[in-house]
Formats: sequence, structure tokens, C-alpha cells
Amino acid sequence: MFKVRAGFIPLTDSALLIAALEKGFAKEVDIDLELVREFSWANIRDRMAVGHFDVAHMLAPMPVAAAIGLSPVPVEILAPMALGLGGNAVTVSTSLYKLIQEQGYSGSLDPAEAGRSLALLIEKRRTDNLPDLVFGVVHPYSCHNYDLRYWLAACGIDPEKDLQIVVLPPSLMPDALSVGNIDGYCVGEPWNSASVAAGTGAILTTKSRLWQSSPEKVLGVTKRLALANPDILDSIICGLTNAAKWCGDPANHGELADILARPNYLDQPADILLPALSGDIAIMGKQSLHDVDFFMPFDRAANFPWRSHALWYYSQMVRWGQTAFNAKNVEWAAASFAPDIYRRAAAKMQIAVPAANAKVEGALIASTAVGAGNNALYLGPDGFFDGALFDPEKLEDYIASQKNERMTKV
Amino acid sequence: MIEANPSVLVVDENKIRAAIIESGLREAGYKNVHIVGDTFGLGRCIEQISPDVIVIDLENPNRDLLESMFQLSRTVKRPIAMFVDKSDQTSIEAAVDAGVSAYIVDGLTKERVKPILDMAISRFNAFARMSRELQDARDELAGRRIVDKAKGILMKARNISEDEAYQLLRKTAMSQNRKISEIAQSLVTAENLINDKR
Repeated sequence: MFKVRAGFIPLTDSALLIAALEKGFAKEVDIDLELVREFSWANIRDRMAVGHFDVAHMLAPMPVAAAIGLSPVPVEILAPMALGLGGNAVTVSTSLYKLIQEQGYSGSLDPAEAGRSLALLIEKRRTDNLPDLVFGVVHPYSCHNYDLRYWLAACGIDPEKDLQIVVLPPSLMPDALSVGNIDGYCVGEPWNSASVAAGTGAILTTKSRLWQSSPEKVLGVTKRLALANPDILDSIICGLTNAAKWCGDPANHGELADILARPNYLDQPADILLPALSGDIAIMGKQSLHDVDFFMPFDRAANFPWRSHALWYYSQMVRWGQTAFNAKNVEWAAASFAPDIYRRAAAKMQIAVPAANAKVEGALIASTAVGAGNNALYLGPDGFFDGALFDPEKLEDYIASQKNERMTKV
Repeated sequence: MIEANPSVLVVDENKIRAAIIESGLREAGYKNVHIVGDTFGLGRCIEQISPDVIVIDLENPNRDLLESMFQLSRTVKRPIAMFVDKSDQTSIEAAVDAGVSAYIVDGLTKERVKPILDMAISRFNAFARMSRELQDARDELAGRRIVDKAKGILMKARNISEDEAYQLLRKTAMSQNRKISEIAQSLVTAENLINDKR
């Protein structure tokens, strides 16, 4: 048994790590997994840097940010595996929700429709001399931050000028919303469902609708471990992939919610954990909607660390002025995701993996089979809600186009 | 220009620990020390005090918020960088082990702020030790109370003296290779069950 210590933040998408321990998938591959619950992403990063953690639950843009030197503490990390697709939502206070509805929004969760009404409301508030709306995200280098900004900008709302974006810890979002410190937020589960259950918030749209089959958390691994113990790393990946398969099976969702609910994990009632797993998303009060791809732990090659995902997040870091565009950064950003390692590990468990390291994001309009026979693999749909394509080969053009037509309305 | 006496902001929800760090810094000659504990006041507090050094505990979920402020020039006028030098691995390790982290404004030299972090690390460690000792003392006191209760049960049930009751507990503990307090606890639990007092 090889001892592996993993850090995690109490969020629904830490499920793969928790299931790997609790359902014995780690033990099956001879890994003695120890889970350490952490309080902030900064702690996860720091404890990776000093060697307290071998692997960790991480925001997908974190390895990218570290690779291009944006991290205040130097840490060499790789993402050889993704911990699922989707899982976030945008939630607003019930009072803001009603105001958005007054501007025509029907409650469809459609990002374009919701954004159009929000843009109208912001315009109206400006004429009425009302203060800027305030939205919360969990980290400057988080999918939440980039997804929220992408959505706003594509709806003609300038996230830098038309409203204010602040950083708050995920668990504090519902409280901040209920007391009116913020008007809305983009966060992972269970913190959207928590506000809906409390009657203080309503879900306006979901990550799965902003960008279908998009990445959220990854497994961060120290380069030290990846280089010194490739076999151990493969075992970890195999154990987590088996856990992912188990988490994705609807038959296990009830049990998984009960496990995650325990005091040493998320310490939240199981009934607010279930929506993200089952896809039966409560929007406001008793109103709900079934969303098959809200959170996908395994299907659609959900564990494959696409370089196009890493590069998309890099493009957004450039877009919002966090870093510069240059060839070195592009190279480092791409290399922070390690599809070759995932492929090597997957070969040991006969799991179908994509042959390419990157894809054109938004090109798959429907779910598409690649490969053949027993090993058929279904990818996508992976579209952005505004129909834009992201071709990682044309990164510079993409960044330029976003700069030129920054606030085009959909 | 940074003042000769850098202002230090201690962000800690644990009031006692914050006070211990504050007193340590004051004793060491840092006169400009502030403490903030609550969650939502952090941004405003940093704007008002404009600290040169920020010390924050690692159990604080607001670390991500704090780091994000360093990027947003809107809230904080001066850029703030992580205190620990990129090459100073031992310093990072000592800080993380102690459960503390620190940030400084750009321009403050490492030599000037190293004593502040060292002080915070040693006070964090001292606090952890103190909490442990306090817990041990509490456990011991609770253990003594439970032994007294168990002695009472034995004295009544078997009509023996206090000393005999204690010897009986001790003998049983030794023969089972367990602590006296554990044997006492089992006895008290059993007695509660039998007499249905829960």
C-alpha cells in the first residue's frame, strides 16, 4: 500500500476523492488514501508546495495559473486528470430574480435569455441611479470567475464596468446573499441548492448551459510525484476513474449524497447534495428542472484533461488582464494539463480515451461517438451558449476577437 | 516610502490567538498593530489601515478573498505580495506547519519583515501547545470526575470504603491494560443504562 495524502475543499465535486476512499476504489489499486479537508484554495496550493499533499482537488485554472507564474507561492503542479464536467450555477437573490423576470426572463435557465433581461435591468438601474449589482465568485483563477465573465460579456454586460465581481469563500455565499452583501454568485454545488432550499436564492443559469461539457475541477499532482512515481500516479488515476464511474451511476446517487453529507466531509444535509448528482435542479421554491448534464463525473470522457480546456482558461486570463499573451505562456499553460499521463493510466484499465490532446471547443453540436466497438467513446456536445468556437490552434485570433468585439450582444 | 514602523494587520477569527500575536508584536516594538476577526469587514479594514504586513491564520476561508484583493487595484492601493521569498522554502514550511501565512506590500525588504513572521510562527505554535495542554487538563479533570462517580457506585453497590473502591478500579484497569478513567466510564455508562438515566 502506498500512502497518498489528498487535500480537498468541501464541495460536491470532491465526490470522486471521497468515493475513492469510502467505496474502496483506492484500496483496490493499493493506494492508502488519506483525505484532508481544507479551508481555502490558497491552503491547497501552499500545502502542495511544501509537500503536505501529494495530490489535491483543484480549480481547473489553478495549474494553468501556477504554470505561468501567477501563483504567489511557487508550486509545480500538473493536472493529469479532470474530476468531472460542469457542476456550477449562477444564483441570484429572490428579489433580483423577480426584477430580472420583470424584464422578460421566463425562468428557462437559458443563458442568452437570462443575460438579455439582466442587461436590460442593469441599464434601467443606471437610469434610476441605483448602485452596481455585486456578484461573488470563489477565486480570481476559478472557472466561476471566467464562466461568469464570459456569459456577462457575451450578453453585452461589461463585468468590469457594469457590475462588481468580488471573491468570497463558497460556503459563505448563501449567507452573503441572504443579508444582501451580494446580489448573486457563481459557485459550485451545494451552495446554489443551499440558497434555493433556504428560500433566499434562485438559479438563473448553469455552467452546463454556458459551456456544455466544460471542465471544473481537476486532480492537481506535484511534478515531484509525477516524475518520481509514475506507477503510483497511474494507480491513483485508475482508482479515481473507477470512483468516477461509480459516482456517475444514478443507482448510487442516494448513497453518495449520504456519504458526502457526513460531518467530516461536506457536513450538509443530503437533500441539498442530491440535486447536483441527479440533475433534478431546484430553481426557485418548488420549481425544478431536469438537467442531464449538470454535473458529469465520468461520461463524455469527463476525466480526460483536454489541453484545449487549459488554453481556454489561459485565453480568459489574458482577456481579463491577469497575464500577458506570449508563446512561452501558451506553451506552459498547455503543458500544465497532462493528457499523456491520463492516456497511459487509462491503458491499464482498458478505458477508451480520445486520441487527440485538444479539440475545437464548440464544434460538437451533438453527442458524437469516436472510436469503435466496445470501446466507443461519446464526446460532447461541447458548445458555448453564444455559438462561438474556440480553436486552440488559433489562440491569438480568438483573444484578439474578444478584445475587438468585447461587448457584442447576443 | 514605507514607514520605519510597519503597520501589521492580524486577520484571525480566534480572538485569544490574535491577542497573543498582537501582544508579542507590541513587545517586540511594533506599535502599529491591528486585529480584524469578522468576515465581511476585511476589505474595508484593509483600505482604512493600508497595512504593510498582513498575517492570516490558515483556517481562515478568507485567504482566497485576501489574495484576490492584491489583484484588484480598486480596493487596495498598493500591490501586496506573499511575504515568503520564492527561494525561502524553510520559511514557507515553518509557516504552513504552524498554520499561519503572511503577506507584505511590495518594497518591504525581507530582513525587515522576517522577524514579524517568525514572531507569528512562534506565537501560533505556542498557542497550539497551550490549547493542547488546556485540552489535556480538561480531559484529566473530566477523568477525575468520572472516577469519583464510579467510586460512589462501587461503594454503594458493594458496601466498601472509598479507598477499596479505588483499589478495585485500579486492579481492574491493570488487569485489562486500560486506563482507570476508561474503566470508570464503562461502569458509569452501565449504571446509567441499568437505572435508565441518560
